[in-house]
Amino acid sequence: MNPFHYSKPDTVQAAVDLSSPVSRFIAGGTNLLDLMKENLTRPEHLIDITGLPLADLSETPSGGVMIGALVSNADLAWHPWIQRRYPLLSQAILAGASPQLRNMASTGGNLLQRTRCYYFYDANVPCNKRRPGSGCPARDGLNRMHAIFGASDQCVATHPSDMCVALAALEAVVHVVGRGGARTIEFADFHRLPGDAPERDNQLADDELITAIELPAAGFAEHSHYLKIRDRASYAFALVSVAAALELDGPVIRQARLALGGVAHKPWRDRAVESWLSGQTVSRETFTAAADALLQSAEPLEHNGFKVRLARRAVVRALSDAALVGGQA
Amino acid sequence: MSATLSETTQASFVRHPIRLTLNGQARELQVLPWTTLLDLLREQLDLVGSKKGCDHGQCGACTVLRDGKRINACLTLAVMCDGAELTTIEGLASADQLHPMQQAFIKHDAFQCGYCTPGQICSAVGLANEGRAQTKGQISELMSGNLCRCGAYNNIRDAIEEALPLCQQQGGDQ
Amino acid sequence: MNASSKSIGQPLDRVDGLLKITGQARYAGEYPEDGLLHGSVVSGSIARGRVRRIDASRALTLPGVVTVIDHTNRPRIASDDEPYQDADAAEGSPFRPLYNDQVLYSGQPLALVIAENLELARYAGSLIEIEYEAQDHQTDLAILQNEAHPAPAELPKPRGNFQGEYASSALSVDVSYSTPIEHHNPMEPHASTVLYQPDGSLHIHDKTQGTQNCQAYVQKVFGLEKDQVRVFAAYVGGAFGSGLRPQYQLPLAVMAALALKRSVRVSLTRQQMFTFGYRPRTLQRVQLGAAANGRLLAVAHTAIGQTSRFEDFTEHVVEWSGMLYHCDNVELTYKLVPLDVYTPLDMRAPGAALGLIGLECAMDELACALAIDPIQLRLLNYAERNENEGKPYSSKELRECYAQGARRFGWDKRNPEPRSMREGRQLVGWGMAGGVWEAMQQKASARASLDANGQLTVSSATTDIGTGTYTVMTQIAAQASGISLENVTFILGDSSLPTAPLQGGSFTVSSVGTAVQQACEALNEKLLAVARQTCPAFAGATLEQVTFADGQLRLGEACVSLAELAQKSGETPLQVQVTAEPEEKRQAYATATHSAVFVEVLVDEDLGTVKVNRVVSAIAAGRVINPKTARSQILGGVVWGVGMALHEETLTDHALGRHMNHSLAEYHVPVNADIGDIDVVFVDEHDEIVNALGSKGVGEIGIVGVAAAVANAIYHATGKRVRDFPITLDKLL
Repeated sequence: MNPFHYSKPDTVQAAVDLSSPVSRFIAGGTNLLDLMKENLTRPEHLIDITGLPLADLSETPSGGVMIGALVSNADLAWHPWIQRRYPLLSQAILAGASPQLRNMASTGGNLLQRTRCYYFYDANVPCNKRRPGSGCPARDGLNRMHAIFGASDQCVATHPSDMCVALAALEAVVHVVGRGGARTIEFADFHRLPGDAPERDNQLADDELITAIELPAAGFAEHSHYLKIRDRASYAFALVSVAAALELDGPVIRQARLALGGVAHKPWRDRAVESWLSGQTVSRETFTAAADALLQSAEPLEHNGFKVRLARRAVVRALSDAALVGGQA
Repeated sequence: MSATLSETTQASFVRHPIRLTLNGQARELQVLPWTTLLDLLREQLDLVGSKKGCDHGQCGACTVLRDGKRINACLTLAVMCDGAELTTIEGLASADQLHPMQQAFIKHDAFQCGYCTPGQICSAVGLANEGRAQTKGQISELMSGNLCRCGAYNNIRDAIEEALPLCQQQGGDQ
Repeated sequence: MNASSKSIGQPLDRVDGLLKITGQARYAGEYPEDGLLHGSVVSGSIARGRVRRIDASRALTLPGVVTVIDHTNRPRIASDDEPYQDADAAEGSPFRPLYNDQVLYSGQPLALVIAENLELARYAGSLIEIEYEAQDHQTDLAILQNEAHPAPAELPKPRGNFQGEYASSALSVDVSYSTPIEHHNPMEPHASTVLYQPDGSLHIHDKTQGTQNCQAYVQKVFGLEKDQVRVFAAYVGGAFGSGLRPQYQLPLAVMAALALKRSVRVSLTRQQMFTFGYRPRTLQRVQLGAAANGRLLAVAHTAIGQTSRFEDFTEHVVEWSGMLYHCDNVELTYKLVPLDVYTPLDMRAPGAALGLIGLECAMDELACALAIDPIQLRLLNYAERNENEGKPYSSKELRECYAQGARRFGWDKRNPEPRSMREGRQLVGWGMAGGVWEAMQQKASARASLDANGQLTVSSATTDIGTGTYTVMTQIAAQASGISLENVTFILGDSSLPTAPLQGGSFTVSSVGTAVQQACEALNEKLLAVARQTCPAFAGATLEQVTFADGQLRLGEACVSLAELAQKSGETPLQVQVTAEPEEKRQAYATATHSAVFVEVLVDEDLGTVKVNRVVSAIAAGRVINPKTARSQILGGVVWGVGMALHEETLTDHALGRHMNHSLAEYHVPVNADIGDIDVVFVDEHDEIVNALGSKGVGEIGIVGVAAAVANAIYHATGKRVRDFPITLDKLL
């Protein structure tokens, strides 16, 4: 890794004021240091934010939960509020990484994980995400783990987070503070598709710091399920993952949320499919129809056609398991 | 520093003072920002029990306990450990007695080459502190952040299953 | 002579266990020294071509960067092939790091940065700019398979008339399999610490399976005297074959130490662990012809493996198909395709782990075609002799492996119909396969030394890569000497010790163990001679009359401590050194270990995920010196086999000519949660031919056959034959 200047501010404002185009905030460091060691990112200044007062959970006036950006992934996953009210989020976090990494990684940092694309991770080969304009060898190369939705000629990478898939389904809100003040970003808008600027993973400006993630009151605790499919039983990134959440009235679906991981540059949602599901009756046929509709727009590459089949089955499985969680349906 | 280095680069080579409790002893150290906890332990303090298997948080050989929680020392900056209480494999045993987890690893032959072993043991002690593994299946899942290329997984599970209650009786060693 | 203590066969805890579980065992890259310099290797990014220019100027401006070595300024190294041809070299012209401007493969070391600390060296390495002149490359075995040339290996000659018998067989299978590149990935990355001594000699702590191999290599490559180089490897963090040849970090560290006259350490990164030897990709074809009653009439096995452009790497891939079953008409073919890659390297059960996938999966396909139980088919075709060599086996209890393994597994409850067994959403599959590995013995020496306190020290220049060598040699020495275990120390991992072969091939117990046993016996003879001279009670005693036990020499009621005899000998310590060679009687026999592996898999039918839920591995390997450490070896082999079947694959981008999943996040080795129950059975196997210990070694046999058994179980669960390994879930959807 390159040498860098280190500072540790005490307040959010001080942290934001210290930031610059060549600085990065560091909390858990689990991805940032990994990237720096591979010379994939070379900040000249690390701003340690672990001294900031952002490590608590609190209830919001609207009945949701505000998660401080510094709450560790492990603390979040095992927190009684999360386990009871947002089990989808808890399951997704525990499906990711390892216990050690979950102890270190922060909630805010989890949103900023970069892709695991082999080409992105090798500084010796071209990659548009790493070196804009250098090319994308993955498009015609080893693309078994790559995107089937929303990719561009420039980039076919996927977002690696599990937690974010659940946050997308739960319609979390990202709270950020920058030089221009505080703002909120809907989760669906936080990550971006690669388009012709694959170097940008999200909408965060250089000077902006994630301070909290807000969960709305609706946690779908009765009927939700996170399903992750990967190449080994644990400690591997998702080939496909599905966060499924249902609000049921007897056998009738009142509301459905469905987010997929491992298939796109961001957690993938299809509002049309979700709204089609509401009003339908819980059945394998319903779920299969939803899965078929969702996968219709998939555009697989040479080696990841299986993800279309896998995702279709995973959606049916996750929705079925979600429907069954409360013992109904 | 050489005149060819930028100001930022020069600032990068300024050592920062940190205080920590390492294996029960208070230490005051001077560290460069880019030094990881793992390199601090291995290169500066000659505590080579914490291993470098991948240096990227992908194998668990560097697992140590920070404030009783297991972490990957390779992805932790030393400068960010100011004020922390750290336990490495060298600090688990008391003067005259092995930690129950260490004893169980010997008894069950839960290692072969020994390179992943300190990380496995620290991770297992962290697991005991967390108190979330009851069944063998849970042990297995919650120990999957520690690779063992010799393939001692079954013995590792057996050792941990035996030692967990003993560790918890100890009131959770850190 | 009797040595009454029975330490052989005891499940002794590892004697090096305490050091390992307290973090006190030091590995190659963990020897400190004031002023030690750190090296960082700069790896190339093209697969073929030449280096036009290496610009290290930015790196060299950094305070603390000592030097950058490349092919233009390296110290003198040998220019012939011979000095580089180590004890495990493949045929050809070995790779020479930083020798010239030629780029032979992607990831090749092209420069070495030396700095005062590791971070600085790595950072400086990232500032080095290399200009290349790239040439066209080819790294894809499949593309060039038709240009394969015969491997320079001694294959058994074809026997009988394969073509004729195959054509007229009542039933036949003709199936092709492919296996991927795999990398050893021991948990400890390769590292060498070269400690520059005041007299200019080098003390080197190296990650190796052969200290003397590395010693000779360094000596020859750098033109040094024998006493100028001493190589140590007290603890080795796994190797599995990766330490059989000196790896490039060793000559690089030596180059820097000699150039700077300072101590230097070079450790490879995990990514660089993908830039040297590996298990080669193979394409295999197996043809089996059988009579309707299941008798094998014809067997042909062809394997095409990849190698480098500079060496022809060979291993025993297809031989096993001529020996595991009785068959009179056999044709074995083995070919190589040179590519722009590094040379492959022996990796746990080299050849056998690959060839037995083809053979044992094909046998399962044949059993299905014949509607015969797979064990029954194997028993029908049981080979009493090694028909490749035309020799009887010194011992072979494979029938017992089948029988005891099947019993432990509950094989008789198997419904042979694929997809017939189910547990909820999971299809259940039961599969089995057999395994075989040669039981070799090499020449080896050992020294036994008894001090005046009765402490026995036995030594040999072997290593302990996690196999339990320290422990089992201690047991062998204790039993042979009649000195209790706590008074016996075994020393290894030092090139100045008595000569030992490379640690590999499962022959360490057979080779070094025999030397240890003989050294202790020779010591006993010497002790008896002292007793005859100094103790009247033993004046006329012969070896046959006396007993060595509990640190004493006994004859009837008379008894004298061995410590006292050592004192009286006038030599302190009292010392003998022997060299043990395979006994002549082995010549008339074939010697091998065998296994039968039974696997239960659970396959999620919708999602394709496979869990190896249960494995029974029944092993015939002669006498087991230490059932605890031997069981661990088999457990490890099974885990490797599961990885081979389901997870492991080095992915090469052939357009770039480069391995791309060079990390432990993307090169998947099994994790704890991937491994179900494993039951290891050692069947009794008595062998007086193989060596005086009757022991055959267990490092390889545990993996052989496992991947095939998993694949066969997956077929039984799903009705799908996946012949392209590893069997990732996409292939089951």
